Amino acid sequence: MSSEGSYYLPDPSHWPLIGCIALFSMAIGAANWIHGNTIGPYLLIFGLLVLFFMMFGWFRTVIHESLAGHYGDKVDTSFRWGMGWFIFSEVCFFGAFFGALFYTRWITIPSLAGTYGTQASIHTNLLLWPNFTGGWPVFHPPATKIFAGMKSVMETWGIAAINTAILLTSGATITWAHWALVKHKRKQLIFSMVLTVLLGIVFLYLQAHEYAIAYMEKGLTLGSGIYGTTFFMLTGFHGLHVTIGTIMLIIITLRCARGHFGPNNLFGFEAVSWYWHFVDVVWLGLFIFVYWL
Amino acid sequence: MSDAITHTGDHTHGHGHDDHHGPHIKKGILPWIGRWVFTTNHKDIGTLYLWLSFLMFFVGGAMALLIRAELFKPGLQIMNPDFFNQMTTLHGLIMVFGVIMPASVGLANWLVPMMIGAPDMALPRLNNWSFWLLPFAFTILMSTLFMKGSAPNFGWTFYAPLSTSYGPPSTDFFIFSVHLMGISSIMGALNIIVTILNMRAPGMTMMKMPIFVWTWLITAFLLLAVMPVLAGAVTMVLTDRHFGTSFFNAAGGGDPLLFQHVFWFFGHPEVYILIMPAFGIISEIIPTFSRKALFGRSFMIYAIAAIAILSLIVWAHHMFTTGITLSAELFFMYATMLIAVPTGVKVFNWVSTMFQGAMTFETPMLFAVAFVILFTIGGFSGLMLSIVPADFQYQDTYFVVAHFHYVLVPGSLFALMAAVYFWLPKWTGHMYNEALGKWHFWLSVISMNVTFFPMHFLGLAGMPRRVPDYALQFADFNAIASVGAFVFGVAQLLFLANIILTIRGGKKATTKVWEGSQGLEWTVPSPAPYHTFATPPVVK
Repeated sequence: MSSEGSYYLPDPSHWPLIGCIALFSMAIGAANWIHGNTIGPYLLIFGLLVLFFMMFGWFRTVIHESLAGHYGDKVDTSFRWGMGWFIFSEVCFFGAFFGALFYTRWITIPSLAGTYGTQASIHTNLLLWPNFTGGWPVFHPPATKIFAGMKSVMETWGIAAINTAILLTSGATITWAHWALVKHKRKQLIFSMVLTVLLGIVFLYLQAHEYAIAYMEKGLTLGSGIYGTTFFMLTGFHGLHVTIGTIMLIIITLRCARGHFGPNNLFGFEAVSWYWHFVDVVWLGLFIFVYWL
Repeated sequence: MSDAITHTGDHTHGHGHDDHHGPHIKKGILPWIGRWVFTTNHKDIGTLYLWLSFLMFFVGGAMALLIRAELFKPGLQIMNPDFFNQMTTLHGLIMVFGVIMPASVGLANWLVPMMIGAPDMALPRLNNWSFWLLPFAFTILMSTLFMKGSAPNFGWTFYAPLSTSYGPPSTDFFIFSVHLMGISSIMGALNIIVTILNMRAPGMTMMKMPIFVWTWLITAFLLLAVMPVLAGAVTMVLTDRHFGTSFFNAAGGGDPLLFQHVFWFFGHPEVYILIMPAFGIISEIIPTFSRKALFGRSFMIYAIAAIAILSLIVWAHHMFTTGITLSAELFFMYATMLIAVPTGVKVFNWVSTMFQGAMTFETPMLFAVAFVILFTIGGFSGLMLSIVPADFQYQDTYFVVAHFHYVLVPGSLFALMAAVYFWLPKWTGHMYNEALGKWHFWLSVISMNVTFFPMHFLGLAGMPRRVPDYALQFADFNAIASVGAFVFGVAQLLFLANIILTIRGGKKATTKVWEGSQGLEWTVPSPAPYHTFATPPVVK
């Protein structure tokens, strides 16, 4: 019962505790796995399964409450602010890795190559890495015995450009779905959502394909030195977010099919579309600064 | 009452104020545990945060006393250097992430909804998750003490390569525990920011909000901006350790200095995250016991915002001696000094609030006045450290230790203690024991200065920080500091005793509690009912 104007307060809930158990198992599972303990991977997978169970149950509860009409405009506004600030924190997470990329390119590489313009830089190069010439991409890291470098890097106007087109198109299709939702065009809604999901999957497939080429043909790996480091960490975390976003899109498509949303009750849909636009914008940053410039 | 927990959402909306001070639960240990583990009530969750913080305070404090015991006289006395390093590392991590931050979030949970006239936090289930992640995170962190090799021993700042090439195996557990703490902080901050933006009672405009709420709004923003960066930093350490990346390894074209940039981009706003809520607390307490409105209220708000923005562009003042370029040193020096301006505005306004006020000195006010004086000392030593050529001398000495303990102990910690005394009658319905409170205050304030003031001299004389042994000429001041630390530690037992006595009984507190109290939390009965402001009050 949520009378007019009052804010819905949920009952005590066991889902957060289950979420804690999930993350706790994942954390110690991952650490044990890294240390080569047999229990590690099992614990990590157990934690992941519990996490999926928790998300299923928690969101189910929220969807039921929403469909039962417990949430007024104010709860809706809380969800909107919440999602907005969550995406803000995600932007800051990517900011750390973009920051590392810019710092490396503008400061670290010239410093090691002796071209940064300071005495310290010249001496670093002369005394420590006299053979290191710098440049970007770094084909030959300072100590090639430890970090092997790579033969070549991914082309800007190959898979990366196709993936850019795919993600931008998916941004358009999800907006098309949004219009359909507002205008009660059910067929267009389902069609455009399925299209968005497919574009997401194709993007992920191409990215996996690109990783395979990088590892098998180009010798570009996580251990290639700083170029491989920034390339895989940035595109990898982005890919992880696209994966999460695609799962979210699939769920929202199913919810659209069940008629959960209307023109005035579409927060779940909008939250996912914001998230999708966010991974889209991060990709543009990647395309420009990782693949292009 | 057939269910274990019969308090329901419906129940909340039935009455304007119900006078229950907890949910209806069955007798017995399991329902009691269930109440606290599954709760979605902001007051319950606030209480949980505060108790966790208090527990960790004694854990981190015990580590501090081990450190001071070792440093009582020169030479290695009771522990080997590696264990000493583990103690300094865990002491720092626990005090920052396990004590000050949870206590501040606990206060925000208890107070923000009551101060803005909201029925609860905006996202109550998320609130529960934010809290309960912390015991799990600290279980992992504490378990590193029992692992092969050693617990993390590279200082709370975990600089590369100490944490990458040279970190003990337990570093990976430390990394994942930081991830859990980060998730907890981000969700907690998100909840607070949404609560403040969306849940204010009609008429409670932004500029009418209590300063404590303002400080938390800005703190929450900083948390959302920099906790993900910390997550990025620990992730880079993890991949450098195990997955062949070279973020911080020059052999692969990376740079250990990059670690310091990423860490301090988080770390400097972090210290403002630790002090901002304290500013808010002091801004509530001083007007109450001066029986005057806060002087220059809107300027206080602008000053907080200015400090927050500046905090994002001063990080490299932690790195003056690392060989960064002269232009960078100049920029970060002047940006850092600029922070003294809004901070000065705040101190001026607190003093002006007291000026010609009808002041009384109950325990919260004593702590607040001590805060203004002693935090300012910490601010001045910060200003000294911001001067690049002077910092070349002070860097990595006990002067730095003295500086940040002056802003954290009589700064953040005293403010939190002041807050507990100030709002305890509202939480428990009983007045605390004033005599015991004053004993706690005087013992704390004297012993804290005995502990940390000599560290200024030690640092200026050149004693390096993070060493278990030292040259003979530093012996006297170290002995004095150690004596002060143990007195400080014992004094905190009075604090614990006072809180327990107040919960169990004591003089009944009135609704208003203090003669000069202002704000919505003082309009609800003491103890505050389990649900407050189910019907929002109208603020004129």
